Amino acid sequence: MSDVYVMGVDMIKFGRFPDRSVPNIGAEAALMALDDAGLGIQDMQALYCGNLGQASGMVGQRILQEIGQTGMPVVNVANACATGATAFREAWMSIKAGMYDVVLAVGVEQMGKGLLGGAGTGDGIPKEGLLGSGTMPCVFAEAGMEHAKEYGTTFEQFAKISVKNHHHSTMNPKAMYQIETPLDDVMNAEMISYPNTKLMCSVNVDGSAAAVLVSEKKARELGMARAVKVRASAMASDPYTDRDLVMPDVNACTRLAAKDAYEQAGIGPEDVNLVELHDCFATAEMLHYENLGLCKDGEAGKMIDEGHVELGGKVPVNVSGGLLSKGHPLGATGIANIYEICTHLRGEAGKRQVEGAKIGMTHVIGLGTACGIHILEKTS
Amino acid sequence: MSKPLPVVDYLKIPEKGEPYLEGYRCKKCGATYLGERNVCSKCFARDEMEVIRLSDKGTLHSFAIVYRSFPGIDVPYVSAIVDLEGGGTIKGNLINIEPDPDKIKFSMPVKVTFGDALGRKDKEGNSYLSYFFEPI
Repeated sequence: MSDVYVMGVDMIKFGRFPDRSVPNIGAEAALMALDDAGLGIQDMQALYCGNLGQASGMVGQRILQEIGQTGMPVVNVANACATGATAFREAWMSIKAGMYDVVLAVGVEQMGKGLLGGAGTGDGIPKEGLLGSGTMPCVFAEAGMEHAKEYGTTFEQFAKISVKNHHHSTMNPKAMYQIETPLDDVMNAEMISYPNTKLMCSVNVDGSAAAVLVSEKKARELGMARAVKVRASAMASDPYTDRDLVMPDVNACTRLAAKDAYEQAGIGPEDVNLVELHDCFATAEMLHYENLGLCKDGEAGKMIDEGHVELGGKVPVNVSGGLLSKGHPLGATGIANIYEICTHLRGEAGKRQVEGAKIGMTHVIGLGTACGIHILEKTS
Repeated sequence: MSKPLPVVDYLKIPEKGEPYLEGYRCKKCGATYLGERNVCSKCFARDEMEVIRLSDKGTLHSFAIVYRSFPGIDVPYVSAIVDLEGGGTIKGNLINIEPDPDKIKFSMPVKVTFGDALGRKDKEGNSYLSYFFEPI
């Protein structure tokens, strides 16, 4: 099976674009990724498009209607917050399978403001606020409090994660926000679901990201200078756990995918130079330090206290600003974090550059549950 | 006044006696589910489910204090995950406790109680019976 390389990748600056259409936002990133690869839409053999909000709306085809209708096969995917990573992985798999040499993956989302989850009524009466809360800030607060129960993790430790990611985003011009948020500001912000304050919740934004994936043969033909090798592409769903009927388990799923990813790449967590992981809430990031093996179980609090996950630390996490500050356009997130890693591996990340980065990891979780992990490696 | 309806299908309101929560337990592996099912998603056994009456006692596994919810929903309230004695985990509101993280203790014993669903009615005007958790 051929190795797979990212030849072009880019994202738009995340923001709010209520006057644009979803395909129009996706098309912009697609063109940017094609330019980055030095290729045109006519060179693409297939398109894998991730979008959640219009999952039945043929977004991929409508993107091609904006940038070039070549007649190539288009697959639209939806997989909650793992949607973008799933589109990328389908693209990767098509090259692995030997079907194609050059394919395009696009992730795009247009979001409203406000709370996600918990609004469904179904039959009878609304259950929100009656049988607990299904809102995302609450669901991830409960997951974080499980960690607090086990290891004594504190509100302040969770809050520090948000301070870190907002700080990182001040160096990322493509992030939604570039604002420092000192610890006091984070802890005193409006409480949404304890222990997540408003500044500890990801930002709902519109955005898109895209990648051109190629086979090794094609990569050699085009030139390896800026190519990034995909060392692993792993995906898992939630295995049975005792509480997962009422408490979506983001841990077991991530651990399964991480194990697979490390095995595919033939490396361990100690070989990873930077990570973009799914900080949909500050409480979530804490869990994934352990889930991804960046530290031992119970040591996540220490990772943030001792600065190991900051830019300049042992393994910087979410130097892009993460979902907390860069923003979280659901379907785009899984490709935007691949863009971030590739930018570091290419040495093009400017002020936030992780010096000497050779191997990076991306991670997303879609509740329900889907986990997507990619390991990427510098080639030259 | 007509009898209230159950808020979820696993809340049972018998003709006589107290309401209770019903579970389905796999006879092969012991996994406990809420709501009717035929196949065990833990051990994959088919047609091995038995209907059980879930305990009305348990311990607090995790919680969050909800300050921002949807319009019309009273806040703050405690969203709680409770492990029931003898198996089964359920989620609901923890009531009769101050919504203060210093007052709510992990693993604290709680009981499952039943009461009107905070005055909520469906389109036909039916009342509902819900379950809640209360500290013991």
